[in-house]
Amino acid sequence: MSRRFEDVAIGDELPPLNVPLTRTLIVATAIASRDYQDVHHDPSLAVERGSKDVFMNILTTNGLVDRYVTGWAGPAAVVKAIKIRLGAPNYPGDTMVLTGSVSAKHADGRRVEIAVRGVNGIGPHVTGTVVVQLEGEDGA
Amino acid sequence: MTDYEARLQAWTGRELMAPRFGQDAVNVPMIRHWVEAMEDDNPVYLDEKAARATGRDGIVAPASMMQAWTMRGYAASVRPSNTPSAADELTELLAEGGYTSVVATDSDFEFHRELVPGDRVSVEETVESISQEKKTALGAGRFISTRKTYRDANGDVIATQLWRILRFRPTEKPPEKPLRPQPAINQDNKFWFDAAREHRLVIQRCVECKSLRHPPGPCCPQCGSFDWDTVESTGEGHVYTYVVNHHPRHPAFDYPLVVAVIELAEGTRLIANLTGVEPADVEIGMPVVLDWIDPDPDLSLPAFRPAEKKDS
Repeated sequence: MSRRFEDVAIGDELPPLNVPLTRTLIVATAIASRDYQDVHHDPSLAVERGSKDVFMNILTTNGLVDRYVTGWAGPAAVVKAIKIRLGAPNYPGDTMVLTGSVSAKHADGRRVEIAVRGVNGIGPHVTGTVVVQLEGEDGA
Repeated sequence: MTDYEARLQAWTGRELMAPRFGQDAVNVPMIRHWVEAMEDDNPVYLDEKAARATGRDGIVAPASMMQAWTMRGYAASVRPSNTPSAADELTELLAEGGYTSVVATDSDFEFHRELVPGDRVSVEETVESISQEKKTALGAGRFISTRKTYRDANGDVIATQLWRILRFRPTEKPPEKPLRPQPAINQDNKFWFDAAREHRLVIQRCVECKSLRHPPGPCCPQCGSFDWDTVESTGEGHVYTYVVNHHPRHPAFDYPLVVAVIELAEGTRLIANLTGVEPADVEIGMPVVLDWIDPDPDLSLPAFRPAEKKDS
């Protein structure tokens, strides 16, 4: 079932989501987003370019934040905006914990803004907001 | 403003990429690949019936996939085109300044509508700003802010994205030299290594019979007494014997490595490295004086270098 606009209040918290950052996840998501930059799949070239290992690409961070919020909002939700800033890289072997809370509501267009934060073992990997349009009481 | 800075700033407002369509229209196989990798089980991406139950006409693509539809793919990544684009030109200009590495830092998407299979997606990109050089954890770099505009086959805007990347000069990391093998320190020899850390070469002395001994031990080999104290060596001695190590090699040491037995003026002998002398110039009987080496923060060891000739 999808969450309705009327049932959501500012301050509502989303259940946390643990994302184990396996090497396979980092490579598979980079390729699924058609991002063939070597730093996302080749460990030795990643080190040469100043990183400690391969790291998750930003398109995947967008995808995971999208998944996290729409997973909470339900299939009827329509994503209107995703705004993210990256910090600590997501390296293999770490875990990212996504948390979020409702930060704003706009009756016009039944839009809800969720503030999202994804923290790994090094620090905050991602901070940002996602705006979704929710179903109304009439199911519209 | 330097000439380089001026050339960089001339990019502000310039088109980095003319409108270009993605290679493939929005399609189910790429959506499936995406949602499987993201472990996204929202049914509206693959299940027609579930999508219609939400009021949609059919399945839609995940909003976050927008950029993926316009990525250039593997071939263009490994074999850049012979005719450089404006984006290639800017990349080259940044490389000229040493900014050869790249990492994305910000993405700010607004979606105007959902994409459905069959949609063609084009993207165009304009430079908004190029920052001054900033110090970052990755190295010194410049933030490049651009605006990407995504359009459908009719030219209608379907999404906009403010995009920021950091082009940086990777911090040079000299290869770390491994540490020397650590000595086995126990309660009988700890005093000796502790004194060495303070750059004092001490010799154990029997309190009963006053004989000196090295290496350290709990009991006097002359009289059997367990009571001992220490005296500090003058640090003068001579090479009693030595070897030059060539093999096997340990990465913590420089080779050829001179390992000598030094007889101190006080009469005891110890094993140490020689410094400031070529292996070929080492001679048995050669006078040496104490030097210190500090291979790592927790370890200092006596070494010896040739004594300056007194008659000069």
